[in-house]
Amino acid sequence: MIEKALKGGPRYWAWISFLLLVILIGFISYLRQLSVGLGITGMSRDISWGVYIAQFTYLVGVAAGAVMLVMPKYLHGYKRYGDIIIFGEFLAIAAVTMCLLFIIADLGQPMRLMNVLLHPTPNSILFWDMIVLNGYLFINLIVGYNTLLAMRKNVPPPGWIKPFIYVSIPWAFSIHTVTAFLYCGLPGRHAWLTAIMAPRFLASAFASGPAFLLIMLMIIKRVTRWSPDPEAIQNVARTICYAMIANLFFLGLEFFTSFYSNIPGHMNPLKYLFWGLWGHNALVPWMRTSVIVGLIGVFIMLVPQLRRKEGFLILGCAAIVLGTWIDKGVGLVIGGFIPNPFEKITEYQPTLPEISITLGIWATGFLILTVLYKMVIYLKERDLAAE
Amino acid sequence: MGIDRRSFLKIVGLSALGVSSGAWEVLQPGEVDAAHGHAAAEHVEKAATRWAMVVDMRRCKDEKGCTKCIDACRLVHNIPVIDNPKREVKWIWKEEYEHAFPDSHNEYMPDELKETPFILMCNHCDHPPCVRVCPTKATFKRPDGIVAMDYHRCIGCRFCMAACPYGSRNLNWINPRPYIKEINNEFPTRMKGVVEKCNFCVERLAKGLQPACVEACHCGALLFGNLHDPESNVRRVLRSNVSIRRKPELGTHPCVFYLV
Repeated sequence: MIEKALKGGPRYWAWISFLLLVILIGFISYLRQLSVGLGITGMSRDISWGVYIAQFTYLVGVAAGAVMLVMPKYLHGYKRYGDIIIFGEFLAIAAVTMCLLFIIADLGQPMRLMNVLLHPTPNSILFWDMIVLNGYLFINLIVGYNTLLAMRKNVPPPGWIKPFIYVSIPWAFSIHTVTAFLYCGLPGRHAWLTAIMAPRFLASAFASGPAFLLIMLMIIKRVTRWSPDPEAIQNVARTICYAMIANLFFLGLEFFTSFYSNIPGHMNPLKYLFWGLWGHNALVPWMRTSVIVGLIGVFIMLVPQLRRKEGFLILGCAAIVLGTWIDKGVGLVIGGFIPNPFEKITEYQPTLPEISITLGIWATGFLILTVLYKMVIYLKERDLAAE
Repeated sequence: MGIDRRSFLKIVGLSALGVSSGAWEVLQPGEVDAAHGHAAAEHVEKAATRWAMVVDMRRCKDEKGCTKCIDACRLVHNIPVIDNPKREVKWIWKEEYEHAFPDSHNEYMPDELKETPFILMCNHCDHPPCVRVCPTKATFKRPDGIVAMDYHRCIGCRFCMAACPYGSRNLNWINPRPYIKEINNEFPTRMKGVVEKCNFCVERLAKGLQPACVEACHCGALLFGNLHDPESNVRRVLRSNVSIRRKPELGTHPCVFYLV
C-alpha cells in the first residue's frame, strides 16, 4: 500500500520536499541540543517546561478528538461517518507520534528513555501516560491499517478489529485525562491545581481534534477528486461547536473560582496570562487572541447560514484550532510556572533552535499524515473511477 | 465475529475495574513515598533516625553577607558557578522572607525580618511530591528521611521540578563541569540533562560527619539532628522555641525548621 504514497504530481512532491526540509533543519537543531544540552532552549530553572511539553499536551487533544467520529459511528450506528472515520484514525496516529517525539525532545537525557520501562513506577503519572499513549497509538495502527486493507479489497473491515474500536473510545478519554493528571495533582502550582483540568482538556480536545480534521478534509476536497459527505461535515461542525462552548465555559469557571474566592495564588496566574502581573505581560496578546478567536469560531459554527458556507467553515475551524492551540500550547504550561514558588516572575521566550525542533516534529507529523492520507485518497479515487 | 452493545459494555466495565485497581495503586502508600494516613505514624515510628535541619535565623541575621554555608556546600558537592539565573544550580541559597514564606508575610512585620535573607535548601519532605512524580525512581526517599537522587538514572524529564513547591530542584541545562571552580574528587560531578539538589550530605553522614553547611557555619545558626530522638539537639531546640516551616499547608511535611 505504501507505494501509493510514492506517486504524485509536482505539487505533492513540492509539499513532501518542503516537509523534509523542515524536518532536516529540526533534526540538525536537535543534534545541537543533544551536544549542548537543554540550555539551548529558552527554558529555565523557573520555567522548566516549555514549548515541547506544551505541544505534547495540545497534540494529545488532537489525537483524542478522533473519538468524536468513532463514538457516533460505532455506538450509535451513525453511518455517514463511515467514509471519513479513517481520516480521524490516521490523524490520531500522526498526533500521537508527534506527542512521543515531543516527549523525547524534552528529555535532558534521552538515551535513558528506557529507564521508564526498566524501573516502572506506578506512582508516577508519567508512567501511566506512557502506557495510555503507546496503547492508543497501537490501537489506531491496528484499526487504521486493517480498515485500509479492507478498503483496498472493497470488503468490510474484519470483525476482529471491532473490540479494538470499542476499546479505543474509553482509551481516547483516558489519554487526555491522564495527561491532565500530569498537571493537576501537583501541590503549589495553583493554575494547574484544578479538578476541572481533565474536563477542560477533553472539551478542548473534542473541539480542536475534529476542527483540525475538518480543515484537512477541506484541503483534500480541493486537491483531489474525492470529496467528503457534506452532511457528515456539518455534523462534525456541530460537535466542534458544542465542545468549544464547553471549553470556553470551563475557562469561565476557572475565572469565577479564582476571582470570587479572591485567593491571590489562584488569581495570579490568570492575571499574568490575561492582564499581566507585576510588570510582566508577555503572554497577554496571545491569551486575549485565544479567547477572541475562540468566540469567533463558536459564532461561525453556531449560525447555520455561516457554517454551511465552506469558506466560513474553514475560517471557523481555523479560529478554533488557533484558539485551543494558544490556550494549551502556550498559556497552560507557562501559566503554571508563573509566578514561581518564590512569588517571583521569570518569563519564557523559546529560542530559534527550540522553535526549529518544534517545527521539525510538526513536519514529521504532517509527513506521516500526508503519506497515510495519500493511500486513502488513492483508494477513494480508484473507487470513484470504477463507478 | 460480531460484538453487540451489551458485550461491549461488559468489556468497558471490566476494563474500568482494571484501570481503577491501577489507580488505587497510585493512591496507595507506596514504598518510595512515605506512608500516608493511618499507616504513617506506624511507619515513621519504626525508623530510628529521621534527619532534620533547624535554621536559627536569630543567629544568622547578624552575619550580613556571610556565605560560608553556601561556599562549603559548593566546594564539597562540585556545584557549578553559573552566573545566568536561568541556568544556575543551587543546593543552598539565600532568599528574602517574603519570597521564602510568600503566604505568611505582611508589610507590618519588623524591617529586620523583612530584609534578612533566609537560608533555603531542599526540605527533605516526609511526603515529597518530587518522589511521587519521578517516573524512574531516580529520586527516592531513604528510611532516614533523606530525599536522595540517583544521577545515573535520571532521564531529565523535570517532572520533579514542576512538582516541588519549594523551587529546590535544578536541571543541569548545560554541561556543569567547566563551571566547577575546584573539583572535589570525593564527590561525583554531574553531567548535562540531569536534575540535582541538596542531599543533606548523605555521603558525610555515612562517615559520621555533620553536613558541610552545618560544619561551616561559625555562628551556630544551622543545627542538624535526629527528629526521632526526643533528646536530640534539634528536638530540644524545637521544644523550647517557636518554629516555622515553608508552606506547611501543602501537606509535604518539610523537615527544615526555621526559628525567627
